[in-house]
Order: sequence, then C-alpha cells, then structure tokens
Amino acid sequence: MKFVDEFRDPAAARALVKSITRLTGDDEFKFMEVCGGHTHTIYRHGIEHILPPGIELVHGPGCPVCVIPMGRVDDAMWLAEQPGVIFTTFGDMMRVPGSSGSLLDAKARGADVRFVYSPLDSLKVAVDNPDKHVVFFAVGFETTAPSTAVTLVRARQLGVTNFTVFCNHVTIVPPIKAILESPDLRLSGFLGPGHVSTVVGTRPYRFVPEVYGKPLVVAGFEPLDILATVHMLLQQIRDGRCEVENQYGRVVREEGNLAALKLLAETFELRPHFEWRGLGFISQSALKVNRNYAEFDAEEVFSMPGVRVADPKACQCGEVLKGVIKPWECKVFGTACTPETPIGTCMVSPEGACAAYYNFGRMHREAAQMVGESAGV
Amino acid sequence: MTGEPTTHADREDRMLLKIEQFRKRRPRLIDEHITLAHGAGGKSSAALVDAVFVEAFRNPELEQLGDGAVLTLPSQERLAFSTDSFVVQPLEFPGGTIGHLAVHGTVNDLAVSGARPQWLSAAFVIEEGFSIARLKAIVADMRSAADTAGVQIVTGDTKVVSRGAADGLYISTAGVGVIPAGRRLGADLVRAGDRVVLSGSLGAHGMAVMLARGDLAIEADIVSDTAPVHEMVEALLAAAPGTRWMRDATRGGLGTVCNELAQTADVGVILDERLLPVEPQVLGACDMLGIDPIYVANEGKFVAVVPPEEAEAAVAALRSHPLGDQAAVIGEVVATPSGMVALRTPFGGSRIVDMLVGDPLPRIC
Repeated sequence: MKFVDEFRDPAAARALVKSITRLTGDDEFKFMEVCGGHTHTIYRHGIEHILPPGIELVHGPGCPVCVIPMGRVDDAMWLAEQPGVIFTTFGDMMRVPGSSGSLLDAKARGADVRFVYSPLDSLKVAVDNPDKHVVFFAVGFETTAPSTAVTLVRARQLGVTNFTVFCNHVTIVPPIKAILESPDLRLSGFLGPGHVSTVVGTRPYRFVPEVYGKPLVVAGFEPLDILATVHMLLQQIRDGRCEVENQYGRVVREEGNLAALKLLAETFELRPHFEWRGLGFISQSALKVNRNYAEFDAEEVFSMPGVRVADPKACQCGEVLKGVIKPWECKVFGTACTPETPIGTCMVSPEGACAAYYNFGRMHREAAQMVGESAGV
Repeated sequence: MTGEPTTHADREDRMLLKIEQFRKRRPRLIDEHITLAHGAGGKSSAALVDAVFVEAFRNPELEQLGDGAVLTLPSQERLAFSTDSFVVQPLEFPGGTIGHLAVHGTVNDLAVSGARPQWLSAAFVIEEGFSIARLKAIVADMRSAADTAGVQIVTGDTKVVSRGAADGLYISTAGVGVIPAGRRLGADLVRAGDRVVLSGSLGAHGMAVMLARGDLAIEADIVSDTAPVHEMVEALLAAAPGTRWMRDATRGGLGTVCNELAQTADVGVILDERLLPVEPQVLGACDMLGIDPIYVANEGKFVAVVPPEEAEAAVAALRSHPLGDQAAVIGEVVATPSGMVALRTPFGGSRIVDMLVGDPLPRIC
C-alpha cells in the first residue's frame, strides 16, 4: 500500500510551489475547490500556508453531508424512530443536527441506528433481520449514487421486501452553476471534483469555460494533485486559455463511467427541485428513486412529515458554502459552533470547510509558516 | 465601515485568539444521554468525567486526572493505583485477546505513572451462555500476560448477567505499583525545548481490532501492539533520569495525549509528521477509511517528554528493547502557541492537531 508515496513527495512539492509563485507574480487569484475531499486534503497537509499569499483557495459546496437541509435530517430521525425500523447511514451523517438533535441522539434515546460503509452492507442488514424494516439514508453526489443504484438492483434480484432507501443524492453541476450565478463572488477558476468525475466524466463542466469564462481543472486528492492543479489553472490563465482540463487522468476519463451512468438512469429520476443547506432550492439538482423502484423508496413507503425547517439564524453555512465568507468570519464559528457542538453542517463532516479549518487550520499564518519551516528536531 | 484600520489578517488573528480562549475553557457537559462519544477518550469523555465524577468524588489525588493516582503512605513510600475496564469487541483479535488487554492496560497505566507494577485485581462480568472453554483461554492469556509483566493477580470478583444484558464478557482490573524513592514525574516539570519521544509505531491496535470486526471487507496483515511497557519505561528512566512526564497513548491516540500534555503543562507541542513511525499497512488501512493514525488507539506505546540533552540516550535505550525498535523523537515542546498541538507536514505545511471529537467515524467520499 505504498502507492500514495509518490503523490506526497516533498521535493516535487517544493518545485511546484516555486513555479506557482512565479506564475502568480504580484497578482491575486481566487480558486474554488468544489469537492469536500479537496478541502480536507488542503487542510490536512497544510497546503494553504505553503502557497504564495496571492493564491486564495475558496471552499465550495462539495461536501455531501454539508448540503443536507435540516428538514431532511428531521425526516431521517422520524424514520429512525419508527417501531421496527433499523436505520442505516454513513458515519458522518450521524452527527448532523436536525431541529431536535442528531441521529446519534436518536440512537442514545433507543432508536436502532447503525453506521455502514456501503449501501450493500445495509441491504445485508435487511436480509439478516427479516422481521425488521431497514432504511438506508442515501447521501452523496454522483460518486456514491451508483452504489445505491447497484443496491436497488440487488434488492430486487433478491426479492427483499423489508428494505427502503431514503434518497438524498444530489448532482454536482447545478450547484456549480448556482455559484457562478451568485453576484457576490469573483472566482478565477475551479478545482473540479475528482471522484464525481470518475462517474460523470469531464464533459458536463464545459459550460464553465464556455458560458462563464472560467477555467476548470479536474483534480485528484493527494497533496501534489492539488498543487499540480493550481499550477495548471495559473498556466491556463497566463497562456490566455480557458478550458476544462484533467489533472486526475490516472482515474478520470473524459466520457466518465458509462455503465454507472446507465445504471443511474435506470434507478433514479431528477427531482424538479431540492433544497440545499444554505443555498436554498436548486432546480433539477437531486435524484429520487424512480417509479420502477418505488417499493424501495422510503418516501413512497412511509408518510414522512417532510417539514421544511429554516437554518438556524446564527449559522452562515450558506455564505461559507458559496465561499462568500471564510469559516472564521461566521458569527458563531469556534464559539457556539464547534465540532463537538455543531450548529451548521459545515462543522460536522471532516470535509466541511468549517470543521477542516477548525481542526487543522486554526493557526496564524505566521505561526503556521514558522512551524512548517522550522528545521525539525 | 469607513476608517476601519484593520486588515483581513488582523481580524482573522483576533478571531483566532478569541477561539483559543474559548477552547481553553473546561469542556462543559450539555448532553442529556450518554452517547458513544462519552467513551471515546476525547472532549466528550473529559466533559463527562469533569461534570459527573470529579464533581462527586472531588479530592486532590483524583483532581490530578493522571493515568493512576499517586498515594503517599504514612511511611512516606509512594504507591500508584489505577483501574481500567475492558469491553473490546471482538474478544479475540490478531495479536491478543481481552485477557492480554486487561493486564497490559493496567500495568501500563502504573508504569507511566513512574511505578513498578506489583499487584492486580480482576473483576469479570459474564453473559449467561458464555463458553467456559473460551473463558479459560482468556484467563490463561491474563495469566501469561501477568507473568510477563511480573505482576500477580491477587483478588477478583465474578458476576453473571442474563443473556443480552452484556456483550459476552467485560473485565475490569485495578493495579497497585510502588514508586521508587526520588522518582518524580509531572506536567509541571515540562519546559520549552524538551523533546517528545514515542516508544514505537502508531495505530496497530485500533486498526487490528477494527479490521477484526470483519464488517469493513478490508484485509490487511495488522497485528495489535498490546504489550506491557514497564521494562521500556525503566530503561528510559535509567538512560534519561531527567524525564519529565509520561502517558500511554491508548484511546484517542497520540493526538489526544499530546493535547493533554499541552493543556496541563500549558505549553505548545510541535510534532513532525515525517518522524512519526507508522507501519505501511496501518497507514494504508487508515487512508482507506479516512482515519488519521494519530488518533488511533495503541496498547503498548507511550509518550515521554525528556530534556533535550537526554533525548538521544532515551531513544537509544528504548530501541535496545525488542518492542522499541521504532522509538523516535517525534517533536518538541515550545512556549508558544501554548495549549496547542501543531504538526509539521512533510510538505513544509503545518496544521493543528486537536483533541479527538467523537469516535473516529469514517468519511464518506
């Protein structure tokens, strides 16, 4: 498992930073990384502080946990508290606060909430517990949607009747468009999502340069990938080019994963609109289990309250998700809202901009540089 | 906002200062029910201990909140006294069983308190229906672990609960050790410039148990590091008599231990990621699950703070022990930023290492 070493080589990093500094010159650039995985890498490896001050990385809305609105969490808790239900979810979702606590609290109060690593594990729970009804809380972009799709197909093959999916899958292009339409933001370009692009390919992003005139480079998740991507964006700008490029070619193909896309089309349909935490309703931005699989759709099988709940007033997740403010500029950041008592979703997942900043980045620039540069012991 | 003289960076600095002040306040218990986070060894555990147990039992020995209490007898001899419960699942895992852990855990708490472990008690809570052959095997592991650690199990208790009221078997052990005359360790002795020494590689126990649960569908050759550290502690103290402070890096891992150091000694701790020993298979499994090895539990590793001039001798002494071949200086103590742990990344970047929040739940994409 040494395959990651070549993507964390300090000498290669120094060479890239030098070249980035030269390309930046005295200008200022604001690049948004769309994907939460990138945000995590940037903070975990201290990348912000080794880039020249002229480069600002803005953390976008690509953390699937961070964009789930409170009303959907309340529905999830309602489902979890139904008699005879085993509610299964990815670990991160368990700490996301709804209007009365989180799934972890529901679990402590007696609900059978279990965390799984894959929807197929959830289906296995259903097969092993035929007297219970198992619900899977599906979240994520096109990255995780195919595994939910495979699970739906498998559930039908097995003839399982005690399994449903509470579908909250979202799609990547609409929020990028929403951000580009946002008047209060001036970006120089995008670090495009890596894992999502393994499924959708690089073509869906063409509108970014073509309509909005911003370069986009699909990026990998190792620290060198991030630096190489920033370098490619700067090179495009200096060359006077504006296009979609692919830094993550070792994984992402231009056409994406056709088999996965076909499967998504068979099992899901686009919702006319879906609420995003902090961003509001975005049309055609989310997936619903399609009517051919209605018997596995928790929204069809249960009558959930489905009440829309406004975000807490103090919380500025929306502005953070759009990159309008930095996490520390939020009124409640670090005091009322911390990783152990999150108010907003950005503070919950390690990929959320606020949690990443709080956990890893909360240091003065000078102190951080001093630590990074000191000779070592 | 005309005439506002401050820059963006100034405002960020001021905000960071406010957050640090807020963070240094004692954690408050605001939950109404116990969640798994209260048992994970991080901030929630600290809040629970503070608000429930220390509040009720308050006394000077307890308030030290060390791995063990240090008690002075009328004869002026000093004892270390420690207790621990073991609820690991599965009971058997690569590298050991709950029996080994029950002995090593308490022996190590005594050893890092500066004591020579002597006597242990053992209490068993057993679920109705548990196999006696399996119990015998686990108890045999306790015996062999006790023999290796040079301690005797001198008293015990057994309780059986009805099926479903416990998950197989829980074991509690308590232990007493004697602290040699003249030996003193404490966070108050830690000074800027001191070195942080780690006795071996990180994360093997936590990952071995996690993989042994079998619900991850990951196979890797990872074996728990469960072992007694008392011999290594003695070797270290002989080679580095100026050693200031020790703690074993169990739940919450190295990250949590270093935060405890930074907060109780009111110093900063700077770790160097390149110097952290992590076996490649542990690192690989952690990467896949989105878990930071710095927070993963160890059961045979400890952190020591030693004066800089004794650091080399300390590492050499640890490395001369069969379990200490990965021992290394991993960082240093600094005066500022106090109360904080920072990590220098191989990239020349830096980041904060905070206390663990909740259980290390896996990331989802």
